Amino acid sequence: MMTTLAYVVAYLGLVFFLIACVARFMMWSKMPMHVRWELYPVAHEGGGKAAYGGSYLEETDWWTKKREVSLVGELKVMVPEILFLVALREHNKKLWTRSFPFHFGLYLVGGVTALMLVGGLIVGYLPESIAAPVGKIISSVVPFLGGAGLVLGIIGAVGLFLRRRGRALRDYTAPADLFNLIFFIAAFGVALVTFIGFDRDFSMVETFIVNLVTFNLAPIGDGTGGMLLTLSAVLLALLVAYIPTTHMSHFIGKYFAYHSIRWSDEPNLAGGSQEKTIHELLSRPVTWSAPHIKADGKKSWLDVTLEDDDNETT
Amino acid sequence: MKQPDSVKDMGRRPGEPLAQINQFEQIPLPPPFDKLEDEPEFAQLSDSAREKYVVLDDTIAVNIEKPTTKEEEEKLVNGFLSGLEKLFSVEDNWTFLQPFEMSMEHCAKCHTCSDACPIYEESGENELYRPVYRSEILRRIYFKYIKKASPSLHGDIDLNWETVARLIELSYRCNLCRRCAQTCPIGADNGLLSREIRKIASMEMGIVPKELHDDGSVLQLKVGSSTGMTPMIVKDNIEFIDEDTAERTGYPIETPFDVQGADILLIHNAGEIMAWPENPGAFATLFEAAGLSWTLSSDVIGYDGINYGVWYDDVQFARVAVRHAQVAKKLGVKKIVLGECGHAHKALTVIADKVLTGDLNIPRESAIVTMRDILRSGAIKIDKSRNDFPVTLHDPCNMVRLMGIVSPQREIIHEVVPEGRFREMAPHGVENYCCGGGSGFAIMSGHNFQDWRHRMTGRRKFRQILDAFQDESMDPSHMKYLCAPCSNCKGQIRDIITYYDAFEKAGIYYGGLVELIVNAMEDVQPGFIDWEWH
Repeated sequence: MMTTLAYVVAYLGLVFFLIACVARFMMWSKMPMHVRWELYPVAHEGGGKAAYGGSYLEETDWWTKKREVSLVGELKVMVPEILFLVALREHNKKLWTRSFPFHFGLYLVGGVTALMLVGGLIVGYLPESIAAPVGKIISSVVPFLGGAGLVLGIIGAVGLFLRRRGRALRDYTAPADLFNLIFFIAAFGVALVTFIGFDRDFSMVETFIVNLVTFNLAPIGDGTGGMLLTLSAVLLALLVAYIPTTHMSHFIGKYFAYHSIRWSDEPNLAGGSQEKTIHELLSRPVTWSAPHIKADGKKSWLDVTLEDDDNETT
Repeated sequence: MKQPDSVKDMGRRPGEPLAQINQFEQIPLPPPFDKLEDEPEFAQLSDSAREKYVVLDDTIAVNIEKPTTKEEEEKLVNGFLSGLEKLFSVEDNWTFLQPFEMSMEHCAKCHTCSDACPIYEESGENELYRPVYRSEILRRIYFKYIKKASPSLHGDIDLNWETVARLIELSYRCNLCRRCAQTCPIGADNGLLSREIRKIASMEMGIVPKELHDDGSVLQLKVGSSTGMTPMIVKDNIEFIDEDTAERTGYPIETPFDVQGADILLIHNAGEIMAWPENPGAFATLFEAAGLSWTLSSDVIGYDGINYGVWYDDVQFARVAVRHAQVAKKLGVKKIVLGECGHAHKALTVIADKVLTGDLNIPRESAIVTMRDILRSGAIKIDKSRNDFPVTLHDPCNMVRLMGIVSPQREIIHEVVPEGRFREMAPHGVENYCCGGGSGFAIMSGHNFQDWRHRMTGRRKFRQILDAFQDESMDPSHMKYLCAPCSNCKGQIRDIITYYDAFEKAGIYYGGLVELIVNAMEDVQPGFIDWEWH
């Protein structure tokens, strides 16, 4: 009964996570075009310009030339940033010593879970001749990576919690910020206790995940070990569902913060595709109330922009 | 040093300044200005000003009168909330909706940005000037009073007229240099939030510093320039500048006006014509010597590239940008070239990029790039030895961090300054520090605001300038050139050099980039840079 509950919560948690992430992604991607607000260096600037923060605006008659955009340049910044939080290391080393283990721990736990899901699919749906060796490889790396991930995640979360309680950040910390970290510590802590005390080879977890992907809701483990496994599965599933509903969804937002804002330097060339969108946005009504705006809720941006020059003072 | 204990103090301690700086506790400057006791005395706010206007700290930028009735108090609070809601509307704020929401939602309040802020650092890390302090107040007001979320989710804040008035005042304690945003590990932009607070104040409540609005964008739209110069006056002034420049250089010039079909419409910051006539004179000399097809415009607004809306009001911004484009369209030029003015560069090239369409979408280019190409072309003969003095370069934030124009100015300096004479500031390029006059501060001087910006916003730049010349003799007879290719930056730098008497005491002189080029031109008489303090 308890294990069935864990399966159900895990399914719900994963589904909710996916739906919430897609919804977040859609929310950011559907936002209207905004004015350019880039910040240099822009990683995809080609011709060696990204290295010193240069842009195509350094070129004479830049609008007549082909822009050099380097995907490799973007990846050279993005991949180390995602994996090692390079910007934080450069600008706030103290915080990085806490945030990096936390995030890397999450990556390891997430990666190990994904690995076990893939393993589960292979074991569940592929012939024994393929499933057995693959399963063996996965089983051999999972305990090490999973254990390391849990330990790093807990160390990082405790470090972040203490830092948030410290003098500098205390005033900027809401109870929810502390709750988020406690939630991580609790979920990872129970998983770590389960691993150390009852599931050293991650076999129970692996079975649980294989069962998840094969829709086999069979009970796993018994006694304290089984109970702890159930508890950690429930906590982790709830945590996974909770993340995208909070500002911890910044892993989605950050993509847009870079690609749609900081690095968004695509020029609006005369006669190009952006002009139609801009025209549509300039046709939107303005309701700002200050007298000099001269808006009445019906006039558009274009109307108020082209108002006569008899501009009012405040 | 007095500072707030908490974000919540914003609506508490009625009538009391939340922060005060003790000038004798500031970090000393490099030699020869390293004795705090020798620095000018920090002018204090008058009692009458403290009585009449909302008090935040040691100075006043916006002049928000204290409300005298309950209705006036409610008007401030309700106006602010109404404006804040509009910032989340596609209709009213499509211009910045995504960057704004991103910064409202995803700031982790980790304080990484604090160390990047020169104002926070030079204040002795006063909490009031922490970049996240003001944005945290804005976030809490939004989540608690508009979204009606529990304070346990996003933090608590009292909302009263004083919270609102102080927050608006506090939005004018930021240079909008966006150095903080550059260091944010998530991509939040607390500098932008300062600008969005200014927008609420201006676009919804009609509250804005007089220098930016009444004497700034309104005057520009009305008569053509925030300097008050009408087309006729501009033409007269330029004629005088041409004569004066020709006398100095021995190279006759006549600045072309309103040339139909010219390749280039050059738009200066009109402040150059008033305060630094050698700059437009040098441009005319260089462009004529290079044989460019160019013109100035004598149409209203066509001769003043400033656009103060970029600091506080999207509609005022759009009005000025469109008129600049209309002037260029009327002349039928191939491109607009922006003179040495950082915010004019960013306003018309980058921000207006998503405003100008159709036949108003006329290409815009930086004069720095145009000048670099003149030198590359070999059209001008250069004698570097005429610039045989120490030179350092100030990077205007708007051109560099916010546009990525980094290399051309250095290439120019390499071409016109002898080897070993140029030294970079540390840091420089896209990591530069603001001059301290950014976001309108260079033209704001009510009450003791000028003193405040010298002490707080410009101090880091002055420190950098002194550091850059530390390997040189600081004897005033040993002249040193600070190149600042931006009109507003020059205004701020002029003021700070004057404040510390750095020309008389240390021989630090300043000027633009084009002046360095003309000073090295073989075809003109030597001595274009006159080393006289104007």
